[in-house]
Amino acid sequence: MATLALNQLNKAYGEARILRDVNLRIDDGEFVVLVGPSGCGKSTLLRMIAGLDAPTSGDIHIGARRVNDLEPAARKIAMVFQSYALYPHMDVAKNMTFGLKFSNLPKPEIERRVADAARMLQLEPLLNRRPRDLSGGQRQRVAIGRAIVREPDVFLFDEPLSNLDAALRVSTRVEIAKLHRLLKATMIYVTHDQTEAMTLADRIVVMNQGEVAQEGKPLDLYYTPANLFVAGFIGSPGMNFFDAVVKRNDAGTMTLGGETLPDFALPGTLAAGITIKVGVRPEHLRLGGDGPLQVRGAVELVERLGEVSYAYARVGAAQIIAEIRGREAPLAGVEAVFGAAAQDLHLFDATGQRVAQGSRP
Amino acid sequence: MRPSRLAVHAVLLTYTALATLPILLVVMNSFKTRNAIFGAPLSPPDSLTFSLIGYTKVLRSAHVGTWFVNSLIVTLGAMFFVLLFGAMAAWALTEYRVRGTAALALYLTIGVMVPIRLGSVAIVAMMRHLGLNDTLLALVLVYVAQGLPMAIFILAEFIQQIPRDLRDAARCDGVPETRIFFEVIAPLLRPAVATVAVFTVVPIWNDLWFPLILTSSESTHTITLGVQQFLGQYITDWNSVLSALSLAILPVVAIYVIFSRQLISGLTAGAVK
Repeated sequence: MATLALNQLNKAYGEARILRDVNLRIDDGEFVVLVGPSGCGKSTLLRMIAGLDAPTSGDIHIGARRVNDLEPAARKIAMVFQSYALYPHMDVAKNMTFGLKFSNLPKPEIERRVADAARMLQLEPLLNRRPRDLSGGQRQRVAIGRAIVREPDVFLFDEPLSNLDAALRVSTRVEIAKLHRLLKATMIYVTHDQTEAMTLADRIVVMNQGEVAQEGKPLDLYYTPANLFVAGFIGSPGMNFFDAVVKRNDAGTMTLGGETLPDFALPGTLAAGITIKVGVRPEHLRLGGDGPLQVRGAVELVERLGEVSYAYARVGAAQIIAEIRGREAPLAGVEAVFGAAAQDLHLFDATGQRVAQGSRP
Repeated sequence: MRPSRLAVHAVLLTYTALATLPILLVVMNSFKTRNAIFGAPLSPPDSLTFSLIGYTKVLRSAHVGTWFVNSLIVTLGAMFFVLLFGAMAAWALTEYRVRGTAALALYLTIGVMVPIRLGSVAIVAMMRHLGLNDTLLALVLVYVAQGLPMAIFILAEFIQQIPRDLRDAARCDGVPETRIFFEVIAPLLRPAVATVAVFTVVPIWNDLWFPLILTSSESTHTITLGVQQFLGQYITDWNSVLSALSLAILPVVAIYVIFSRQLISGLTAGAVK
């Protein structure tokens, strides 16, 4: 177990800069999830930590050691791949022991580790099977087992659940969370699925175009996104955004309005004339709700999921999504008014950065 | 069956007949008396014309056994090194991208296009220089050179289809590079290895040219060259020639049967990328 530190990490292929000045500190035993859209550099970052790709510049430290020039095996990491990457011609037991053969460990120690991992992951009845005779979920457990037996300082997961079906994804996700509690190891987990990020992480690192867009605890990211990208990326369905302009500012009370928004007042210090984006999550946009923000829209479609329904409404040229609890969902085709409270509004300036206002604590 | 498929089958059947008829004639006539071979070369052996004289003569001859063993040594030896070095080179060329990789790959591709026989004179001179003239080693070396470019070409194509994650996983697992090749990659190359083995073995086994120019004593002849001994200037022992040739077909057929199941998947694996 160890801490991990990335200092000013850069990766470029010719002109294309994949990662730009990434700085990251991960505590001992922390579960950090790297999340972002495809092509944001999260997998490249993980491969560089593993030692499978070399950074163009910058340092990687695991514990007290600078590991830039170390082979993957010498870094004391273990990686679980999206494709499982099991050795197809070896049975489950051999898959787990193959790497240890080269580690000078005594045989009883290897056997103990495999037995422990097999018990932990319920692989005991499968030890003599080949990967092709296993289901996807079993294969991924073997891949995790192969990582566990190495007893690494840092576990690296590269979208480990992407190839599983929905039900298995949920149960394997729970198993990984339990595993982290049990092993108390440092884990870095890459995914593009924000549900996995929210449920597993001690800390989420949201990446966008090779840069860290924001890092923080899952709920902090959810309730106080630092910029437009994080606001739009975290949360499902995504946040609603409205264009607005500060029309007046009278001693700390701003009056905002826009093409699709009727004028409304908020406490704040922004000067008149500044254009901003107002964001509000579907769950905070209440049908007939109170609050300064009021929008009227024509409901075009209602998705009923049972405990909640999502109303898709057209407001001017924009589409908004509102979450409606219980059975009171409107019918498609009616006009409805949605309202949001001041503390549920997120304001972003023209560069996409959060304006300290209207956030929850 | 649609007409176009009928036409395809007609063409293929015609070609099959053309290719197999001479072999059939050789095998058929090897079981006949000398008179019957000349009297009715196209008719199969019957109770009057059936004879094993050719086979008894060939099997009793001391040389034929030696020639068979020589052919086997040369063919299997060359096959082994072509597969070993071919797979290693293909792995290196696809996995380790260093300066000169592209040039080296191009150089080897040229080897696929230029027939090795063009270098015959130089090869003979070189072997004489090395003192390898009239040895089986000379033949093995030449056949390894002949087989390598195609082997590398096919195997490299195949290695590229092995998922990257597998090598990365092995590296994270602390498996040394040589062991990654021999214990992770090589076992997965089986279908491709079968393809390359057949492509390598058949031309070597059948080759007459290099034994002819590189071996002079009867003890180093291969079977294809040895058979020529039965073809005299004045008298040709057709019974022995046909029997020896029929026997020479068997090892190649055996190798094909052994590898054929792997071979089919090997050929299609390269086709759909």
